[in-house]
Formats: sequence, C-alpha cells, structure tokens
Amino acid sequence: MNSLITLPLLIPFFTAIILVFFAKNIPVQRWISTIGSISTIIAAVFLAITVYTDGIQTMNLGNWEAPFGITLVSDMTSILLVLTTSLIAFVCLLYSFRSIGKEREEFYYYPSFFFLVLGVNGAFTTGDIFNLFVFFEVMLMASYVLLVLGGTKIQLRETIKYLLVNIISSGLFVMGVAYLYSVVGTLNMAHISLRLHEMGQSGIVTVIAVLFLIVFGIKGALFPLYFWLPGAYYAPPAPVMAMFGALLTKVGIYSIARTYTLFFTQDVGYTHGLLEILAIFTIILGAIGAIAYSDVKKIIIYNIIVAVGVILFGVATFTPESLTGSVFYLIHDMIIKAALFLLIGIIIKVAGTSNLKEMGGLIHRYPGLGWTFFIAALALSGIPPLSGFMGKILIVRAGIDAGNYWGSGIVLLSSLFVLFSVMKIFINGFWGEAREYKQQEKVPVKWLLTAPVILTICAVLYGLGTEALYPIISTAAETLSNPEIYINAVLKE
Amino acid sequence: MMKTNNVILETATKVIVFIILLFSVYMFFAGHYEPGGGFIGGLMASGAIVLLLIAYDIKTVTTILPFDFKKVTAVGLLFAAGTAAGGLLFDKPMLTHWFTYVNPPLLGKMSLHTAVLFDIGVFLVVVGVTMTIIQTIGESE
Amino acid sequence: MEILMSFLIGIIFMSATYLMLSKSLLRIIVGTGLLSHGVHLLLLTMGGLKKGAAPLLGQHAEAYTDPLPQALILTAIVIAFGITALFLVVAYRTYQELGSDNMELMRGKEGNE
Repeated sequence: MNSLITLPLLIPFFTAIILVFFAKNIPVQRWISTIGSISTIIAAVFLAITVYTDGIQTMNLGNWEAPFGITLVSDMTSILLVLTTSLIAFVCLLYSFRSIGKEREEFYYYPSFFFLVLGVNGAFTTGDIFNLFVFFEVMLMASYVLLVLGGTKIQLRETIKYLLVNIISSGLFVMGVAYLYSVVGTLNMAHISLRLHEMGQSGIVTVIAVLFLIVFGIKGALFPLYFWLPGAYYAPPAPVMAMFGALLTKVGIYSIARTYTLFFTQDVGYTHGLLEILAIFTIILGAIGAIAYSDVKKIIIYNIIVAVGVILFGVATFTPESLTGSVFYLIHDMIIKAALFLLIGIIIKVAGTSNLKEMGGLIHRYPGLGWTFFIAALALSGIPPLSGFMGKILIVRAGIDAGNYWGSGIVLLSSLFVLFSVMKIFINGFWGEAREYKQQEKVPVKWLLTAPVILTICAVLYGLGTEALYPIISTAAETLSNPEIYINAVLKE
Repeated sequence: MMKTNNVILETATKVIVFIILLFSVYMFFAGHYEPGGGFIGGLMASGAIVLLLIAYDIKTVTTILPFDFKKVTAVGLLFAAGTAAGGLLFDKPMLTHWFTYVNPPLLGKMSLHTAVLFDIGVFLVVVGVTMTIIQTIGESE
Repeated sequence: MEILMSFLIGIIFMSATYLMLSKSLLRIIVGTGLLSHGVHLLLLTMGGLKKGAAPLLGQHAEAYTDPLPQALILTAIVIAFGITALFLVVAYRTYQELGSDNMELMRGKEGNE
C-alpha cells in the first residue's frame, strides 16, 4: 500500500475547500491555486515514477479487502492521464489569472475548477464502477457551475441542455450498474472482469455493454450522441472551454477504453464491431463539421469529435498495437486541444470576433501567436515529427493488419480534413491584410501566450521523444490489452 | 410581495424550530446504529431554518444566523475530507475509521467513533448547500 | 414482486419522459426528479427484493439482505438531490432572465449558426 496514490485526489480537494474561505481575496486565491496545482503535478510525477518502477499501485479504501470495498487503482494508463490532466489544469489556471475576470474569480471559479480536477483525476484512478459514477458526478457538478458562471442567455440555455442530457445519461449509468450488479454481484472492476470471464458469453452482458456504450458515448461525444457538445462547449470562456475540450470527453473515452478492454470482451464481434462503426461515423461527421464552419470555436470543437472517433477506432480494433496507438493519441489530443483552445481564446480576444470572415492579418501584429498556432495546428493533424503522428500511424497500421482497410483509410483521410480546417484558421486569420480591430480592453497577449506555448512545447517534446516514451506507453497499453495484469494487481491472488 | 402578519405562524415557529432542531440532533446521533445520520439530520436542521424563513423574512434570519452558508459547506467538507485523509497519517488507507469504548461516570458505556466526525461534516455540508440554494433563490425577491 | 416493481418503474419512466418533453422548465425539472426516482427503484429491485437480517457476523439468520444496493441508492439519492437543487437555481436564473419558464423563449441563433 502506498498513500501516494491518493495525493492527486486529495490535493485538489483540499485546495478547493481552502479556496472557498478566501472567496473575496483574489490574490490569495491565485497563490493558493498555483501552489495546489503545482503540488498536484509533483505528486502525479512521483506516482508515475512509482508505477513505472514498482508496477500497478492500489489502495483499498477504508481497509476493506479488494472485492468488497472501493479500490483505487493506478496503472500506467491512468497515471499518465492524471499527469496530463494536472499539467493542463496548471496551464489553464495560468491563463485564467489574466483573462477570466474579477466577477467569476469572486464567484467560486477557482474552487469549481479544482473540484473539476478532483472529479477527472478520480475517474481516471478509481477501480470501482459505482465510484466511477460518483467521480463523474463530481466532475459534472463542477462543470455545470463553470459553464453557467457569468449567466448570459446563451450560457443559461446551453447549461440547461447540458444538465438535462447529463441527468439522463447519469440515470442510464446507474441503470447499467444495477443490471451489471444483478448479473455479477460485484462492483469492483477487476472482480467484474473475473466473474464475466467465468460466465462466458451471454446475451444480457452484451445488452449491458451496449447500455454502457450509450452512457459513455453521451459523455464522450460518440456519433449519434454528440449533439449537445458543439453548443455546450461554445458558451463558456476560453480556459473553461480548454478544460472541457481537453478533459471531459476524454473521461468518457477512457471509460469506454477501460470497460471495453477489461470486461466487455465476451462478444467482441458485436460490441467492438458496433464501436468501430460508430467511431468511423464520428470521424466523418466531425470532419464535415470542422470544414463546414467559419467560426474558429466551432472548428476546434468539431475537431474534438474527430479525435474521439480516431481514439475509439483504435480501441475497437482491440490489438496491443492499436491500444498503444490509442493511448498515445489520447494523451497527445489532451495536450494539443487544450493548447488550441487557449490559442483561439487569445485570437478571439485580440480580434473581438470569432468569425473567420471578419479576421485577417493578425501575424503582422502578433507573430508569436501566429507561429505557435501554426505548430499546434501541424501537431494536431499529425505531421511528423510532431506529437499526433505516432498515435495515428499505430492506429492505422493496426487497423490495416486487422483487415479493416476502409476504417483505416478514413482515419488517414480525416488527418487531411483536420489539417485543412485548422489551416483555414491560419490562412484567413493570420495572413492577408491587417484589419483594424476595436478592442474593448487591452489584451495581455504576452502573459496569455505563455500558457499555450508551454503546452505546445510539451506537444513537440512528446513528438520528438516518442522513442523514449514508447516503452512507457506500451506498458500502459499492455495493461489494457491483457486484463490479467490488472486483475492480479487488484485482487492480489 | 406584501408582508402579511402571521401571528399564529410566528408564535408557533418560535417553539417548533427548537423541537425540529432537537429532533435533527437526535436523528444525527441515532444514525450511529439505527436509521438516521448526517444527511437526514442536516436536511431536518435546514428544514427548521426554512421554517424560520417562511415565518419571518430573510433579513431576520441573517441576523439570527450570521453565517456565510458557503463557508459552512466548506467547513463540513474539511471535516469529512480531514477524517478521510486522517487514516493516511497512521499509515492506514484513506477513509479507515477508528473507534474505542469509554466508561465515563454516570453515563455508562459509550463508543467513540471517528465516523461521527465524518458525519458532522456531512451534516454541515447538507445544511450549507441547502441554505445556500434557498438564499440564492430567496435573496432577489 | 419484482414484476410488479418493473411495471411501476416503467410507469415512472413513462411519466418522467412525458414531463421532460414539455415546454415548461419546471415540469422538466420534476421530470428529471421522477427519472432519478425510477432509477433508484430499479437499483433496489435489481439487488433482489427479499426479507432478511442484516448481514452481520453472528446473526445466524435464515436469510440475509444485501446492503450494497441500499448504500448505492443512498449515494445516488444524495447526488440526485444536489443536481436537482442546482438545476432549480439555474432554472430560477433563467426565469429572471426571460420572465417566463417557457423553453420556447430560450431559442436563439447565437452559438448555433
């Protein structure tokens, strides 16, 4: 037992609580949140090192033996995601300091922010299916508050839609847990996996698997269920948008990856086949959305949907190679999406509009912004040697090996559309005649730019260091593709 | 809205509020071995405060109870999280509880349990959240 | 008993869906409340409806009940309570903004064009 595993959860939790006491003192809030998020990163780094050297870390909460109590499990996949989350949270905080505005800061912006981090880290760490639901709710509750803070009409409208959609999906989640419990009689994920393997193939398990796919599909914006996403993510300010875009959908994807590799593996032909078809449709529709809009926010939002499809295509192919690719791409996408959202946040602030047709020539005045955006855009579409390349090539190669030429072709083709959609922003926004923009206030571009620059550097290093990172990521994927490792670590047989 | 003069309600409230509060404390401690606990006790206590709000108005209640209920929630969370994390200090997993029996004079055998501290946290969180929400809705009227 | 409960849960889900499809925001919130009640009942039913003693060591009872579904329901109820309360606050702010709880008035083009 190692108490390090609880720190990425406890630090944001305590930070959030302490921040409530200093709601009216903004400088103190900023200091506390900086310290809180930096210590979360440090804790995550130490935990990652421990997991790398000593293998999977577990903790049985309340000292109850493994299948009976709630277990926290930190394997390589989960700790890598926790680490990325903590990093993105820190960067978004830096960006928030100068852009979020006094009113939100006084109205519990930072506590909600840390509750969101707690929920996301918790969802990545937990090894209990009902506890996953609880952490989902913590995360969603914080996201409702972050979404509605400010209270403009569009925010209220989108919050109501988002709330309603998520209440229904949470209802379905609890129903799924109820059915699963009545079939296997346990909630511990490792134990569920064990019991389901003993049971063998059965129709009811497939039904439950599809029910969970619907639930996580709503949260993770899978093809027929992503309808709420473009509207909801459009409403909040840039740092919140970055947190949502980089983290919330990824929790849904992680949950699909976890459940579909750990225990719903009886009827792979049906469940994973369904997932594959949905993933391909997600890619196609996301790509159509990304090239159709001329609003910078919408373009990047639809790019989230494309990435969801690509990652889940890797999960659906379900070979060690494709899972490695998925983990690679998942982490890449979290970093680069956060960077892009922060960048377009600056662009919108500078230009005073999010419509591409009213922009132009930004590079004359803000060269740093322009070239950072250019690098981030290339990384997003997976140009080697930047970060998106390795993940995509592994996913495509595994798809071709599995005989799925159509799917792999669409994944490859989607890169082109992604590149086109972000280059459209670059060409229309940065090239051409410089225009006069009416800015209401002075924009601290230099300060704001540090945040996405940090993330872009991370993305470049992530791409260049692929060779060094490969063993770590393949350890992560190995736990996904071989459930025995996970089960043995949790149940300690 | 014009304030009506509810003599009967106001007089009755003065007595009933204390009965409800006492009952909420009873429910809170009953939760140790029987149905009850922090959540229901907290709801009961906020019910008493809501009764005060109905009988009087928000101004009177803020003078009687001059707390910022958001901070009450935070104190509650601090209790709960502190108890949860406390186990880590003794090299036990998170949320591990500890209890002992004591024999004070006159009162007889009693059990002391760290879960009570956790439950106090839940109680405060429930009171804090409920009152925050009711005040948010009530304040602008 | 389980079959009767299934019917009851079905009726609750039906009413919840009907309410959530209406234009009035308040009805929608009541609908979500009903939905979560239905889900909690389902969770209880799925754990098996039977009488028995608490599963403590040394009880020597003939039958035991499973405490886990009850613990899950309690958690789910608390979460549903929190979300409904938050939803009510959001609804109230919307009401202040619009002067009505009719969702038709919420329609708008911004963010959707």
